[in-house]
Amino acid sequence: MNDPEAAAANAPEDEVPAAEPGRSDVSRRKVIVYALAASTLTLVAPLGAGEPSRAQAKSAPGRGKQPASDVLVRGTDEEKLVLHVTEANEVRVYLPRVEVGQGITTAVAMMIAEELDARLVDVDIPLAAARTDGGFQYTGGSSSVRSLYDPARKLAAVARARLVTAAARRWDLPARTLRTQNTMVIAPDGRTATFGSLTAAASRIKHPEVSSKPKRASRHRVIGRPAGRIDARDLVTGKAKYTGDLAVAGARPTVVARPPTFGGKVVSVDDSRARALPGVLAVVRVPGGVAVVAETFHHAFQARDALRISWTPGPIAKVSDAQIRSRLRASLPPLAPPRPGSVQIHGEFDFAFVGHAPMEVLTAVADVRSDRAEFWFSSQTPTDARASIAAAIRLPERAVRVHVMRGGGSFGRQLTFDAGLEAALISKAARQPIKLMWSRSDDFRHAGMRPATHYRVRASLAGGRMVALEQDTASVYEGTGHEDDGLGLPIPLGAWRSVDSGMSRVVEDVILDEVARSLHKDPVAFRRTRVSKRGKAVLDRVAAEGRWGRSLPAGWGQGVSVHEEYESCVACLVEIDATDRRNPRVVSVVMAVDVGTVVNPRGLQAQLMGGANDGISTILTAGLHLDRGAIREGSFADFRYARQRNSPLHFDVHILPSTRPPGGAGELGVPAAAAAVANAYARATGSRPRRFPINF
Amino acid sequence: MPEYSFTVNDKPVTVNAPDDMPLLWVLRDLLGITGPKYGCGVGVCRACTSHLDGAEIQPCVVPVKECAGRCVTTIEGLADGDQLHPVQQAWLDCDVAQCGFCQPGQIMAAVALLNRTSHPTDADIDEIENVCRCGTYHRIRQAITKAAGHG
Repeated sequence: MNDPEAAAANAPEDEVPAAEPGRSDVSRRKVIVYALAASTLTLVAPLGAGEPSRAQAKSAPGRGKQPASDVLVRGTDEEKLVLHVTEANEVRVYLPRVEVGQGITTAVAMMIAEELDARLVDVDIPLAAARTDGGFQYTGGSSSVRSLYDPARKLAAVARARLVTAAARRWDLPARTLRTQNTMVIAPDGRTATFGSLTAAASRIKHPEVSSKPKRASRHRVIGRPAGRIDARDLVTGKAKYTGDLAVAGARPTVVARPPTFGGKVVSVDDSRARALPGVLAVVRVPGGVAVVAETFHHAFQARDALRISWTPGPIAKVSDAQIRSRLRASLPPLAPPRPGSVQIHGEFDFAFVGHAPMEVLTAVADVRSDRAEFWFSSQTPTDARASIAAAIRLPERAVRVHVMRGGGSFGRQLTFDAGLEAALISKAARQPIKLMWSRSDDFRHAGMRPATHYRVRASLAGGRMVALEQDTASVYEGTGHEDDGLGLPIPLGAWRSVDSGMSRVVEDVILDEVARSLHKDPVAFRRTRVSKRGKAVLDRVAAEGRWGRSLPAGWGQGVSVHEEYESCVACLVEIDATDRRNPRVVSVVMAVDVGTVVNPRGLQAQLMGGANDGISTILTAGLHLDRGAIREGSFADFRYARQRNSPLHFDVHILPSTRPPGGAGELGVPAAAAAVANAYARATGSRPRRFPINF
Repeated sequence: MPEYSFTVNDKPVTVNAPDDMPLLWVLRDLLGITGPKYGCGVGVCRACTSHLDGAEIQPCVVPVKECAGRCVTTIEGLADGDQLHPVQQAWLDCDVAQCGFCQPGQIMAAVALLNRTSHPTDADIDEIENVCRCGTYHRIRQAITKAAGHG
């Protein structure tokens, strides 16, 4: 049994020290230690939403020959982190987060390796399945490192103290004379004991004889030093498994024919031709369209294309981008009269829809039986997914298991779980296990996307300075298509990496540059007066490293932005070659960042690199057109996310040292990069960009 | 159904498949070789990039009938046992991958580029069309340059 949740589900209730309602937060947030089958040291740390847990351990009562059960926190909505040290000298932490490329498994492995003094290669970080005890799991908001940093280190520190104490007793030496390194305890005389050889004894330790507290930051040897991803070898050899790569449960390839316009419904289906094709196993109706289950995806696509379906036009079949833009603009309340005696600079900005477009299209494996169901898919919200799926297929939640798979990107896409839910309905209707995959064009034309959004900005200038900066916004929302304001649309929408900051930062910075020009101020100097001390530090750094204000060829320009969010701040300086205005190239991106304590500088740089390319793409070329009730783009041929030739030749990240607690970084780069690209383009071309993407 | 024999990663295989079945689904659904990924099905995103007789192909748009008697290499066939191909090693050294989904295709495209041009320029590297939605492009460029230096 390699999944603690499964064990917990089978554990007798009285064997589980449940968290009682009314118990204090402190007692509920203990790190709890007990023996698992007498051979594995197991600890559980709840991840409190508020203050981090106080590391305090106690032994559980002897568990005799009870089946393995190691989930000790029940009936609360707290998240849990479960750590095992096995006899095979493996350290394993079940992570209640999803890995979608942001590097959270590597960051957590580093935290654990640091406090245990384990080798990084001995630390494994499988993704925890969706909890089955009513708690929730969530990955998002650039919150993972922030929420895991204290609990993960405390969990490992408690384990280390027990392992050291166990070795001290074995050798009859004072525990304080022992040290730990490379997943071993080492005695002064050179004797060594692997952690694995100490697990059984360690799990019986009631009072560790050395500190269970995490190290001081000054003693860190793993945290703060660049590390490669722990899964890198699997990723470069093709061994890493994504949902679509699974061969489980006999699941059969499945695709869905979807309506040509949003909200269209099936009027009639003639599936006789499709069913007559070889390799077709089932054709079933689902709310999203008509699903085909087949022997291979080739057969499934062929049968899908052979379906003769008549569809109703959806409720927005006559609506295109132009109407959306005018409705958004009209929805804003009138501006109050400006301050008397001031001069205004206005901007009305439009952002197109943007697809999340992770490289891995939505995929889910579902095996729905009459009395139980099992799922495999990548999800930022697996516990919500489990609850919704259980309701949709009319099974009790306890009969539904959701395995969380690594994702081939997400960018917010997997906050919802369209594929998991749809796969459940298809598997149930087809009475067989299925592997559902959305085609790439389904992914663009039917999947969640950043909503089309309008901004209105007004800066007021008086006496040689800016005296007011007002920003209003309106965006479309998920609705029926029949709402009075015309902004409710039957389109699945969702948060896109950095949510509204990726747009609000842009409009503010574009106007700030126009204000600075009007006031004859330098954009960097002008911004310095508006940002925090941390903001000034990152801004000064990019201005120096990126040689702000250097002379550039005609048609080139620099742009700069500072963004503070997620308890972090970043500055970005972009140089663009817009000699060909329709085909500009961002030549250089220099970023400086203060995210507090950095766990993995290499991972942080990677996140900012991704943010920079997101900024380049969404500002210059990547968006979706709503065209008579449907999305025009159907592949990466027309959704123009940056390719190598659009990516900066020079890219540099400067990490400012900090002793503050870790801040968020996953989304941080997007707003600053987007704004800096917009301003670089504006300066290079002498234009005032108002609609994004610019070349669309 | 027609029968096709060819070599995948130095092993002979025989499959029964319709002649127009894309190699991608032959690899993934019939042979269980899942390194090449589906990302678009129309040869654009290039997540499936592999080699046919040593040249770059997108298996999602190559019908199986065109592979008869030929040699297919996927990401799984690039390393020599535990010994990574220099491009894979450069990918590790530069910590290129984020989500990793496009990286088998990126690596196979880079190997093909280096086979054509042992010391590619920035302009040569810019011609790689493979999409990386995580935006790892700068590290891809570094890794190709590094691998070229070792070649």
